[in-house]
Amino acid sequence: MITVAGLSVIFSSGRGSIHAVRDVSFEVATGETFGIVGESGSGKSTVLKAIAGLVPSSSSALEVDGRPAAGRRSRADRRMLQFVFQDPYASLHPRQTVDDILREPLEIHRVPGIDEKVTKAIADVGLLPIHRFRYPHQLSGGQRQRVAIARALILNPPILLLDEPTSALDVSVQAEILNLLAKLRQSYSFTSILVSHDLAVVAHLCNRIAIMQAGRLVEIITAADLRSGTVTAEYTRKLIAASRGFTRLNV
Amino acid sequence: MTDTLASWLQSDAPTSRRQAVAGNAYRAVRSILTNPTAMAGLLIVVLLILMAIFAPLLSGGKSPLDQDLAMRLAAPSAAHWFGTDELGRDILARTLYGARVTLTIVLLVSVVVVPIGLAVGTIAGYRGGWIDALLMRITDIFLAFPRLILALAFAAALGPGIENAVIAISLTAWPPYARIARSETLTIARSDFVQAAVLQGASTWRILFRHIVPLCLSSVIVRLTLDMAGIILTAAGLGFLGLGAQPPTAEWGAMVSSGRDVILDQWWVATIPGLAIFIVSLGFNLLGDGLRDVFDPKSA
Amino acid sequence: MSEPLLVVDNLEVTFPGRTQAIRAVRNASFTLGRERLGIVGESGSGKSTTGRALLGLVPRPGIVTAKTMSYEGKDLLHCSERDGQSLRGRRMSMVMQDPKYSLNPVKTVGRQIGETCRLHLRTGRRETEQRTLAMLEAVQIRDPERVFHLFPHQLSGGMGQRVMIAMMLIAEPDLLIADEPTSALDVTVQNEVLRILDDLVRDRGMGLILISHNLTVVSSFCDRVLIMYGGRIVEECAARDLQNARHPYTRALVAATPSLDNPRAELATVIRDPEWLK
Repeated sequence: MITVAGLSVIFSSGRGSIHAVRDVSFEVATGETFGIVGESGSGKSTVLKAIAGLVPSSSSALEVDGRPAAGRRSRADRRMLQFVFQDPYASLHPRQTVDDILREPLEIHRVPGIDEKVTKAIADVGLLPIHRFRYPHQLSGGQRQRVAIARALILNPPILLLDEPTSALDVSVQAEILNLLAKLRQSYSFTSILVSHDLAVVAHLCNRIAIMQAGRLVEIITAADLRSGTVTAEYTRKLIAASRGFTRLNV
Repeated sequence: MTDTLASWLQSDAPTSRRQAVAGNAYRAVRSILTNPTAMAGLLIVVLLILMAIFAPLLSGGKSPLDQDLAMRLAAPSAAHWFGTDELGRDILARTLYGARVTLTIVLLVSVVVVPIGLAVGTIAGYRGGWIDALLMRITDIFLAFPRLILALAFAAALGPGIENAVIAISLTAWPPYARIARSETLTIARSDFVQAAVLQGASTWRILFRHIVPLCLSSVIVRLTLDMAGIILTAAGLGFLGLGAQPPTAEWGAMVSSGRDVILDQWWVATIPGLAIFIVSLGFNLLGDGLRDVFDPKSA
Repeated sequence: MSEPLLVVDNLEVTFPGRTQAIRAVRNASFTLGRERLGIVGESGSGKSTTGRALLGLVPRPGIVTAKTMSYEGKDLLHCSERDGQSLRGRRMSMVMQDPKYSLNPVKTVGRQIGETCRLHLRTGRRETEQRTLAMLEAVQIRDPERVFHLFPHQLSGGMGQRVMIAMMLIAEPDLLIADEPTSALDVTVQNEVLRILDDLVRDRGMGLILISHNLTVVSSFCDRVLIMYGGRIVEECAARDLQNARHPYTRALVAATPSLDNPRAELATVIRDPEWLK
């Protein structure tokens, strides 16, 4: 479904250029949930944004559904691929109600039956009708993230990109959102790429996981390998050990 | 009845878009009402509007244009509460009717300046590149001139009259709004919700109109009310110099001008309209200050 | 165990509001010896407010009351301004979440640490510099002389946090309160910073309160854990006994955390019982 080959992203500012992503290649099969894990500065979010066309990039191949993804995306292209951002407090327009936010993609693409689709989307993400005409500041972080997910799914895109969707949420809310994503994966059947710094989150939802460090792809492993520690790269081993918590030297 | 209306407005589970928007507006109005500075300013502005509307009533039926040369420069008395000017016209009536001119100028300038400023600023901020550079250099050129002098030049070139005064003032007043709109746009355009709209395939116009402009409005409105005093003074300045409203129309600036020569002996001719200018400018300043506190408490 | 360092009994922190008062901390009681106590909770649980109340850092208009709140027998609530100042920073210190916000951006690292040293230990210039450099070394900064002259924006997250720790420990306090000290850091750096805290706390025999929303970090680093919910302490247990916790909220929190070693198809969600808030 998604093919990435030789992807590079360079940000140039006055002082010089930053190689945010260096020569990254991987493939995502239809229906798969692919994870990308890394620490800050690893380039994981940048890879996602490059696939979405939000940042300029160069690659030997960048294909979505068998066709090359152009630099400039058309309106039809946009229906293929949707995005869920990290910060639930920044991804919803503060002066628009949930209803406004969910209608917008339908209006842009002139999809009929707006009312039913909005009602269905709200119910699908576990919100209630009373939330429909609220403004973002009247919703909790978890509720806002549900709205963001509803917005991303309302056009039924084949591909969903999630950039640290639960990093800004409390553990209990994170659990609800992760469960929601697992459920929606079944009902909406999309292919997705999930980016996170949290190994446990990624292992929970993803089949295969790419480890990134300083812009490069270190290795791609399965969730089972991650859990059992059967990995080849030293960095991955270090990451797994670190995510298990702190080891006290003498108790 | 008012009980149910209040609970309808304050409901945290609105059932329609109308209710949500109304509830939001209600909350905004409530916060304005609890801010003393905004209230004081609002009161004065409302008074100005009432003065203008009810001028015939409040002047006791006197006309601002009736001359009575026998009663020239009469001191304030029971017959003429604020005295008369050099042509025997009732100053109270002229002050009240002068409010109409002031209000007209203020309204017309606002209606011209805000859309132009928003358009230039948001387009420049969103598109960037050479469009931004071009628009901002044009803005800079207008900003470089001292406002009153530029207004004078335009008014002198266009000729006297209220409409030309409005054009002259507008041409000098719009640049700061473009600047404000641009700087807000630069921040807003980078936010995730705008990126989300781009990802949905929203056109540039949709993003500018539906996403960016609504968020710029509060800064622009605050700036406008704070600018109001300056606009009124510029209009008065133009009137003082004989541009702007022409005699015999009552206009505060022109009234001050005509009272210049007699200010020492017949102080009321210049002072009363001067006081009116002062109070209304103060009112707009207070309103602007209060609105800024309400819209953006962090900058207070 | 010797006399506890800190005794807190019935701590209440209330923020008066327009329509109703917000009780950020309700009836919190605990003691702390020369050990590591973790306070875990989600946002709004009152854990940070508790830490701040101990140091008198609750912002106005918050009101702090307690039956007892004492440090080594000295009353923290009703002490004079001068006594409070000598306790804070010198005997009790706090490391906060993001060094970006807690370090002064216009002063060099050396100067900021030096100020703290001079203020509390009243050392002269040369001794201050020596102690500062020694402290920077103690937090595993490899070239202390270079870092001494750097400004906060030139430091990475992990380095900034180490500088923060150096600054807070130079006056040799007996009690350190760390409020989400590793939350803004990458997971590999987190453990390095925790290792430094571990060494220093052990070597100096200090008491430590670690406040965090991260159950994994707290349960692996601390001796005892307090779980907070809605301003209340709902459970107190040894860190290694967390899996056998008794309060339903604690059990739910443990079950809701995804773990590498414990794969589940669906994560348990916390069903909030209003009874917990009573």
